[in-house]
Amino acid sequence: MKVLVTVKEVGEPDDDFEIEGTDIAASDLEYDLNEWDDYAVEAAVQLAEAGIADEVVAVTIGPERAEETIRMALAKGADRAVRVWDDAFEGTFADVSSKVDVLEAVVDDEEPELVLSGVQAADTAFGATGVALAERIGFEHAAVVNDLELDADAGVANVHRELEGGIEELTEVDLPAVLTVQTGLNEPRYASLRGIRQAQRKEIAVTELEDLGLSAADVESTLTLTEMYEPESESDAEIIEGDAGEAAGRLAEVLRDKGVGA
Amino acid sequence: MSDVLVVSEHRRGELRDVSLELLTAGRELADALDGDLHVAVVAGDVERFADELNRPGVDRIHAVENGEEFDHTVYAAAVEALAERIDPAAIVTPNSVNGLDYAPAVAERLDVPLVADVLGFEYDADGGLTVTREMYGSKVETTVAVEGDRFCLTVRGGEFVPAEGVGDAEVGSVDIEAPESGARVKGFEEVGGGDVDIADADVLVSVGRGIGEEENLDLVEELADALGATLSSSRPIVDNGWLPKNRQVGQSGKVVTPDVYIAVGISGAVQHVAGMKGSDTIVAINTDPNAPIFDIADYGIVGDLFDVVPELVAEFE
Repeated sequence: MKVLVTVKEVGEPDDDFEIEGTDIAASDLEYDLNEWDDYAVEAAVQLAEAGIADEVVAVTIGPERAEETIRMALAKGADRAVRVWDDAFEGTFADVSSKVDVLEAVVDDEEPELVLSGVQAADTAFGATGVALAERIGFEHAAVVNDLELDADAGVANVHRELEGGIEELTEVDLPAVLTVQTGLNEPRYASLRGIRQAQRKEIAVTELEDLGLSAADVESTLTLTEMYEPESESDAEIIEGDAGEAAGRLAEVLRDKGVGA
Repeated sequence: MSDVLVVSEHRRGELRDVSLELLTAGRELADALDGDLHVAVVAGDVERFADELNRPGVDRIHAVENGEEFDHTVYAAAVEALAERIDPAAIVTPNSVNGLDYAPAVAERLDVPLVADVLGFEYDADGGLTVTREMYGSKVETTVAVEGDRFCLTVRGGEFVPAEGVGDAEVGSVDIEAPESGARVKGFEEVGGGDVDIADADVLVSVGRGIGEEENLDLVEELADALGATLSSSRPIVDNGWLPKNRQVGQSGKVVTPDVYIAVGISGAVQHVAGMKGSDTIVAINTDPNAPIFDIADYGIVGDLFDVVPELVAEFE
C-alpha cells in the first residue's frame, strides 16, 4: 500500500524573540521538522521496512525554505516528496479547509491507502487538519494515536488513542484511513549519512495550486491573524538570585522549612 | 437570533469537567449573539448527564441515546443532525482528544470555519467573532478574526469557570441515524501502574527536556534521593523512553498534588501544568526567565540546572 505522510516545517522561537507585525521575527525562529510529523514519518518508514507499505510519499504545504526540512524526511526513508506552494499562501493564516483543499487534491493524485499526519503543528497548534481531511476524502480516521498495528490483510489499523488522564482507547479502524500521530508512538531515527546522501537524489515535486486544479480563491482563508503579543506574566514567584551556590543554599532553606529532606 | 450548541463530553460513566466549563463559555457566547444555549449529550446514560448539565443559563438539552461510549461516527452524525435542526451560529466542543476526533469532521461537513484550542472570544454584531488563542507552544498569544456568521470552536479546558446551580432547561430526547462506524472501540487500557504511584508522593522532583541527554538523569535521581523525593517527569522524557509512562505528569499522564513539586528543566507547557498546578508549593529551575513554569511557581531559580542541581544535592548531603 502507499502511505502519504503530511509534514510541516515549523519555527521554534529562541528564548528571546521579537514580534514583527503578527508573527515572530524569522531571525528569531529555528526551523525544523514539526515534532509530531517526525513520529509520523518514522511510522511510515517502519511500515515500509516491514514490507507493508510499498511507497512512502511526504507532502508539505510550504515555501522553498521548507525543502531542507523535507529533505530530512527523505533522508529518514520517505521515497519522494510533494511540496505545494503558491503566492496565495504568502502572509496569510491558512484555515483548516484551505489546507484540506490542497491535501485532497494531492490524495486524488497519489491515491494512498493510509495517511499519517502529526496530531498538531507546533506553531499553530490546531490539531484539526488530519480529521478534516479524512472527512473530505471519505477515509476513516483516528485522532491522537500512540500505538499502531496495521493488519493489511484484514484491512484495518489497530490503534491506541491517547485520551486524557493516562487512559488509552483501543480502536479498530477500517482502511483507508487518516491517523493523527502522537509523540511517543515510536522512536524517530536520526538520518544516517547514507540516508542524507540518498535524499539528495530523491524527488521533491514542486507543485502550484494550478497544477492541482485549484485557484487562489479556493484557498482563501476564513481566518485572519489580527494580533500577536507575549502573554503578560502572571508570575508572583520569588525569584532566588545569586550564583548557583547561593541560590541552591537559599532554596535548601525554603525546602527545609517545608519539611523536605528532614 | 443566533443560537449556540455546546457538545458535552463524558467518559466511562462520568461527565468530564470541561462540559460544565463549556456551559459558561456557551452562555457568554449566546448572550453576545442574543441567542439560546443548546447543549447536546450524546451516548451513555444521557438522562443522568442531562440532569447534571441542567444548570442556570442552559435553555435546552438534547439527549441523544446511542451507544455507551464515545464514537466519532455517532458524535458527528448527532451534531450534524442537531445543527440542521437548530441552525446554530456557533458549535462549541471541548478541545479534548475526543473533541478533536469529531469537531474538525463536523466543521468540514457543515462547511463552517473551525478555530481550535480557543481560550476566549469576543463578538460584536459589526466586527463578528474574534478569538484568543496561543501559538508557538504557549509562547505567544494571538487574536484571530473569523469571517462569516457560522463557526465551530473547540475550547480549551480550564479556561472558563464551571457552571453551577440548578437550571430549568427543557430536556428532550433526539433520535438520530448514524451510519455504521468504521472505527470500533474495543476497550480501554489504563497506562502506568508499575513500581510507583507518583500521585502518592509528598515531594516530587520532576525532570523535563532541559536535562538534554538520558545519562544526565543520574543528576536528578541524586537530587530525588537526597531530598527523599520521588522522581517524575514531563512528556518528552517519557516519549524518549528514558522513564516509564507511570512517571509522566500532565494531561495525558498523572495529575499530582504533592506538598512540594520541584520542576527541573521543565518549561511548563499547558499540558504539563494541567497535571501539577494543584501542588502546594512549586519550585522551578530553568534557564529561560520567560518559561511559563515561572508563572505558576512559588519559588524560581533562573539558571542552568547543571550548575544548580549539584549544589542543591550538596546542601542535603
